[in-house]
Amino acid sequence: MAAEREPPPLGDGKPTDFEELEDGEDLFTSTVSTLESSPSSPEPTGLAEDISTNSNGPKPAEVVLDDDREDLFAEATEEVSLDSPEREPILSSEPSPAVTPVTPTTLIAPRIESKSLSAPVIFDRSREEIEEEANGDVFDIEIGVSDPEKVGDGMNAYMAYRVTTKTSLSMFSKSEFSVKRRFSDFLGLHSKLASKYLHVGYIVPPAPEKSIVGMTKVKVGKEDSSSTEFVEKRRAALERYLQRTVKHPTLLQDPDLRQFLESSELPRAVNTQALSGAGILRMVNKAADAVNKMTIKMNESDAWFEEKQQQFENLDQQLRKLHASVEALVCHRKELSANTAAFAKSAAMLGNSEDHTALSRALSQLAEVEEKIDQLHQEQAFADFYMFSELLSDYIRLIAAVKGVFDHRMKCWQKWEDAQITLLKKRETEAKMMVANKPDKIQQAKNEIREWEAKVQQGERDFEQISKTIRKEVGRFELIKYWEAFLPEAKAIA
Amino acid sequence: MEEHQEAGKEGKPSSTAVDLHGDSSLQVEISDAVSERDKVKFTVQTKSCLPHFAQTEFSVVRQHEEFIWLHDAYVENEEYAGLIIPPAPPRPDFEASREKLQKLGEGDSSITREEFAKMKQELEAEYLAIFKKTVAMHEVFLQRLAAHPTLRRDHNFFVFLEYGQDLSVRGKNRKELLGGFLRNIVKSADEALITGMSGLKEVDDFFEHERTFLLEYHTRIRDACLRADRVMHSHKCLADDYIPISAALSSLGTQEVNQLKTSFLKLAELFERLRKLEGRMASDEDLKLSDMLRYYMRDSQAAKDLLYRRLRALADYENANKALDKARTRNREVRTAESHQQLCCQRFERLSDSAKQELMDFKSRRVSSFRKNLIELAELELKHAKLQGPPGTPCQGAMETRSWGNKGGTLAASLAIFQCQQALHGKGGGGQDTWV
Repeated sequence: MAAEREPPPLGDGKPTDFEELEDGEDLFTSTVSTLESSPSSPEPTGLAEDISTNSNGPKPAEVVLDDDREDLFAEATEEVSLDSPEREPILSSEPSPAVTPVTPTTLIAPRIESKSLSAPVIFDRSREEIEEEANGDVFDIEIGVSDPEKVGDGMNAYMAYRVTTKTSLSMFSKSEFSVKRRFSDFLGLHSKLASKYLHVGYIVPPAPEKSIVGMTKVKVGKEDSSSTEFVEKRRAALERYLQRTVKHPTLLQDPDLRQFLESSELPRAVNTQALSGAGILRMVNKAADAVNKMTIKMNESDAWFEEKQQQFENLDQQLRKLHASVEALVCHRKELSANTAAFAKSAAMLGNSEDHTALSRALSQLAEVEEKIDQLHQEQAFADFYMFSELLSDYIRLIAAVKGVFDHRMKCWQKWEDAQITLLKKRETEAKMMVANKPDKIQQAKNEIREWEAKVQQGERDFEQISKTIRKEVGRFELIKYWEAFLPEAKAIA
Repeated sequence: MEEHQEAGKEGKPSSTAVDLHGDSSLQVEISDAVSERDKVKFTVQTKSCLPHFAQTEFSVVRQHEEFIWLHDAYVENEEYAGLIIPPAPPRPDFEASREKLQKLGEGDSSITREEFAKMKQELEAEYLAIFKKTVAMHEVFLQRLAAHPTLRRDHNFFVFLEYGQDLSVRGKNRKELLGGFLRNIVKSADEALITGMSGLKEVDDFFEHERTFLLEYHTRIRDACLRADRVMHSHKCLADDYIPISAALSSLGTQEVNQLKTSFLKLAELFERLRKLEGRMASDEDLKLSDMLRYYMRDSQAAKDLLYRRLRALADYENANKALDKARTRNREVRTAESHQQLCCQRFERLSDSAKQELMDFKSRRVSSFRKNLIELAELELKHAKLQGPPGTPCQGAMETRSWGNKGGTLAASLAIFQCQQALHGKGGGGQDTWV
């Protein structure tokens, strides 16, 4: 692998960058050759953008994003720890062989040039580029969820949805394919993605919620309107979920996601069952997290984060309120339509019993009209407000995910702090040892110190990285939020 | 809450359409009403050139209980047994509204000032509407009495209209209420018995027909009234729902920047407009449809009562006949039996005649008021639809207008047909055309 190409003429951090490049190369190979064992997952930076842009995007974006990556690794001055624990969870398999000569050169060249560029400029430009991409709809992948089918019987029944993907991205083996998935598969995908990316700072779109009542009704086989409604709601939510997930450039590279979209058989994600051991574990974790959040007091050095967090808090509250009101509205509208239907019936009966023919006819016409109104009301309720309310709840969940990401950052900081404190203690011990003059203990102490120093630096780097990622993510999030929110709005006005 | 009210010439649906039998010798109206805590005081003004009265124009202040007393006096009067006694006006009930206002006042810190102001406005409008309605009901009661040739001559009525002092009629205490309730039960049991009795045959087809018709009609109209109430209620809830939504949207809008902000603000405005529209729809439905249905529910109940009385008279007549026969066979007290039988017979015939007349009046009255109200309802809805019409209206608004436009259109069309028929058959108007 390594032998096949020249190591890029870079300055410091040679081996590390080399490794990074390797990984990058691997990702490039995937565009060319078919992937069996899926290559390593993307780096937590703009490399992902590289891929997609490589396939079908503008060249300049490539430059900028390389710079981004460059930037990050300029900070990574340590030689030691880049095989770092941070990368472990990301790398899921061995990098695969063979690199085509084309891509590395283009990759290398701009990188050299851009080393001198200053950081913030790059950052802004990359942000713009990302925006441009999002606007230009470069992610050429379309996902549809359709055909809910009931499979099985009784309490073991489940709904299977057909997930259809149409794409021109060359990382997929075919351009159009579809698979059957069930709800727990989606949840499984989400939990995998979350475990990989959330703590590094990516905002992973949240999956639709489980609903025991709804599912039970469907399982039991009640063919009434509420269960069809429920299935429809769920189907739409799943579609939106998948679309959001693939829009995220980093997540798109994830092998698990690809497996989800492509492979016909998927191992059953048992961990997502509500009453399983994993479920209970999750609940416990959640409770522990909540307690932690209250105890961690982080002094926020970066005003940007503080401001953003505040903003998200506010937004969250308001969205929740709005959502509650819209739900009430939808409910009342349904009530109104039911009542109107009832009134229409009784008006018709009144018309029947009325002696006077003309009045009778007028009354029955009134009844008819009322019925029409009722149907119209129902349509309205389901079309506009329903969608609105669903979107709102999606957003509320997204914001919860964003908050989660912020929390992770806090935890990261906490770890860093802890590492620093421990380092201090170790240094003190060392000093004491020095004084007491115990050579072997000194050696041990020195080792420990080195270890903890590394950890401190690791922690710091983690923290920086997560902060950066969050910034980018939030930028993306806000943008996407605009567009998504604007859509129903625009429809309503049209 | 103190409230003075120029007895709704403005808001009330046609208080002036009282068509007396060409005889404007007695005009009654409620010129003013004051709401004091839990009592409402009506100022009843009479204009009359009847010799019976001391002055030509005078007014007194009356309370709800006095209206009820008057109604009961009529009901208990044997002379009017053959007439449909206009139903008593319902008790003014501000409870629900007052409760809501209080709850709002206690305050929910989470609602903004704007929201609070809007909701308060809504509730106040509701309170005002209830107030106007109750005034209208009381007035209609009096006006029907004044218009009826027989009922207007009642002595109690004169006292009611003229006596300056308080009539010192206390509200029914619990015992009397219970008594009234029991009496109702007895009455319905009696009715069931009479109709069940094999011996009693309805001599007159007209009455037979009327009876079945009225029974069915009454149940159905009661049903329709209930449901119309429910529709109105949920419509109102819907309108109120828009308030927090538009408030939340506008606060979201003020926080966001650039294009999202304008979208949010526009949405907020849209919702505000929708709310007003829905609110108006609800109140229109309320006034035209629900109230009318309710009034006729009560009126048909009164008609049923009349039929019952007639039936009772018929039963008595039959009994008297039987007694007479028995007396004749036994040859004892024939005279008394005979006179009793005569009495019963006369009574029955009298009742039948007047009942027939009354029932026909009832029908025509009903038909015309339905027509009037339905036409007005359609017109109002069309008006609302047109108001929302202008281009650039958001889609939702457009849908609403389409729906109401449809409704108004079909309704208007059907009522046009109705009107033509009316003119042809010459059944329109009738004697007593009241506001209902």
